[in-house]
Amino acid sequence: MKKTLLSAAIGAAVLGFAASAASAATLDDVKAKGFVQCGVNTGLAGFAQPDSSGNWKGFDVDYCKAVAAAVFGDATKVKYTPTTAQSRFTALQSGEVDLLVRNTTWTISRDTALGFNFRYVNYYDGQGFMVPKSLNVKSALELSGAAVCVQSGTTTELNLADYFKANKLEYKPVVFEKLEEVNAAYQAGRCDVYTTDQSGLYSLRLGLSNPDDHVILPEIISKEPLGPAVRQGDDKWFDIVSWAGYAMVQAEEFGITQANVDEMKNSTNPDVRRFLGVEKDTKIGTDLGLTNEWAYNIVKGVGNYGEVFERNIGSNTPLKIQRGLNALWSKGGLQYAPPIR
Amino acid sequence: MSDNKFNYVRGEMLPQQPAPLAARSVSGWIRTNLLATPKDVILTILALAVLIAILPGALNWLFVQASWLGSDRSVCATTVQGGIQPDGWHGACWAFVKDRFVQFIFGRYPIEERWRPILTLIMFVVLLVPLLMPKSPRKGLNAILLFIVFPIIAFFLLHGGAFGLERVETPRWGGLMVTLILSFVGIAVSFPLGTLLALGRRSQMPVIKTLSVTFIEVVRGVPLITVLFMANVMLPLFLPTGWTIDNFLRALVAVALFASAYMAEVIRGGLQAIPKGQSEGADSLGLSYWQKMRLIILPQAIKLVIPGIVNTFIGMFKDTSLVSIIGMFDFLNTIRLNFTDTTWITPVTPITGLVFAGFIYWIFCFSMSRYSAFMERHLDVAHKR
Repeated sequence: MKKTLLSAAIGAAVLGFAASAASAATLDDVKAKGFVQCGVNTGLAGFAQPDSSGNWKGFDVDYCKAVAAAVFGDATKVKYTPTTAQSRFTALQSGEVDLLVRNTTWTISRDTALGFNFRYVNYYDGQGFMVPKSLNVKSALELSGAAVCVQSGTTTELNLADYFKANKLEYKPVVFEKLEEVNAAYQAGRCDVYTTDQSGLYSLRLGLSNPDDHVILPEIISKEPLGPAVRQGDDKWFDIVSWAGYAMVQAEEFGITQANVDEMKNSTNPDVRRFLGVEKDTKIGTDLGLTNEWAYNIVKGVGNYGEVFERNIGSNTPLKIQRGLNALWSKGGLQYAPPIR
Repeated sequence: MSDNKFNYVRGEMLPQQPAPLAARSVSGWIRTNLLATPKDVILTILALAVLIAILPGALNWLFVQASWLGSDRSVCATTVQGGIQPDGWHGACWAFVKDRFVQFIFGRYPIEERWRPILTLIMFVVLLVPLLMPKSPRKGLNAILLFIVFPIIAFFLLHGGAFGLERVETPRWGGLMVTLILSFVGIAVSFPLGTLLALGRRSQMPVIKTLSVTFIEVVRGVPLITVLFMANVMLPLFLPTGWTIDNFLRALVAVALFASAYMAEVIRGGLQAIPKGQSEGADSLGLSYWQKMRLIILPQAIKLVIPGIVNTFIGMFKDTSLVSIIGMFDFLNTIRLNFTDTTWITPVTPITGLVFAGFIYWIFCFSMSRYSAFMERHLDVAHKR
């Protein structure tokens, strides 16, 4: 409730001041400054996290780098602003950051009332369930009568109620204010099921004393499409941020990786040649206000979508998140890029 | 021998005897301090029981079982958690603290520029230590160097952007460095400003008095966390496009103003304890207002409220950790940030990190408290009262 009121207040304030917000050509500003100012999470496992030497790493961070690579041909020309859940929208609206890549769910109210633009989803998340293996539960539909640990005042709690009601199942919510309390309660066995966003469940499982004794159920009961956001009113910048994301998906589809991108320039496939900016008379970059090598620079600088996914959150990382919905459309997932031609 | 007709009176002093064994031996000390009365005996036994219950476990966790070396989570995780420790292992993960220590101190300050905060710290220590020692000479010059010259040099050194130094934006600052800067600025601003506000509040001039009272009451009436939050979330919306006030600067101003308001009330307490005769005596000598305050009233008043002043400083030092809610990485938040790092995420990492944070905060607060106790003894306040 508090959170709703707060976001409503911020929303109203943002709306009221939207007229004064920076709407000038962000691309020109960025080029003049020489770097992209990117709003990221203050610390989320696998998505945005400084390493031991203080450099930001993570899935969302690589999207900031991709935009820098597209604009400057250099993925390192990024400066990061860590933003909290509350301050992220102000930071974007007031022009403190040029784009926001902070596991932000794309919703209609953010797209319209808050005055932001979303176009693509870099990670399809959704609310999931974790249960101890010993319960022998294979599906959330078998959870009738379970005690469910959940954080109060979140959309998670509402989604949970909706899901159980829709499926005519009984459940007993065990509600806590703080996330740490929910973790502790689940560990202590005060509830049978833990529910939060699936990406969160994976990192949470790592912190349990017996990670292998817990299993994350396949059901996803809510849609949480996470993606980069920019201010409304600057379509050119919006295009650049959007296509930087699409280019990574497209590169995976073509099989272009960070390692083979130079070889691929010699490819005979006209689609690939156009994508990498080596086809004659192509205008795929200049129309965006960039060079024709922008997509090449992205792949060279950060890699394709699959590489970014595997490097930060995939099966070789401690998080071990499966591609699932985030697989390419050709492999049963939802990641789909419009043609780049 | 007629000069001593009372021969039962001793003619010379006896040499001093050492205290009886019962009073100076270990067993004597134990008897008088721990076992003097039945109540003492019971309390001693209870305290011992608590120590025996807690200490071996704590020492075992902190040192014996602890994992000291390693570069990722495997050294602090049991085999089922994907690590190398045996099942049921539970101990401190000092390898994590060791691996991230530099980050805890400097935050994300660029590695090749880290000599700058180190040099700043050295300058700070060199200027601070003589100021703290009552016997060292030239206190005035020393104070001017520390509170006026040093902040200017430190700003250019840390922030750069001039004299050929590379600019390091404040979002890259972090760790203990941020906590210490916030505390230093808080202390350096709040002490003089608080003194002025306290004098203003007791002033006869209505405008100054009203301003002081309003400032103190407004600032004390609002939680610091609210002000930080407003400064971070709302302020940018009220500024013209393209204008941003540095986040760190906002926090600095908020912390300094808050500390000043509290300090003003502490010092006012000291001022009220000075008898009116002191002020009248000064007036009769023909001293001006400022001479009177500087030479007669304030030295006595401040001496009286040293515990209160240090209490405010310690409180402020710990309050700096509130800046974490506006996305700034002070010492505590830098440590917490690493809890979810996939390189180190294990069940013992958060506990170890918090134990370490608690230990560092304790060292700073305890040193401040000991120094204030020393100053009180040195200035002999308790004796005179």
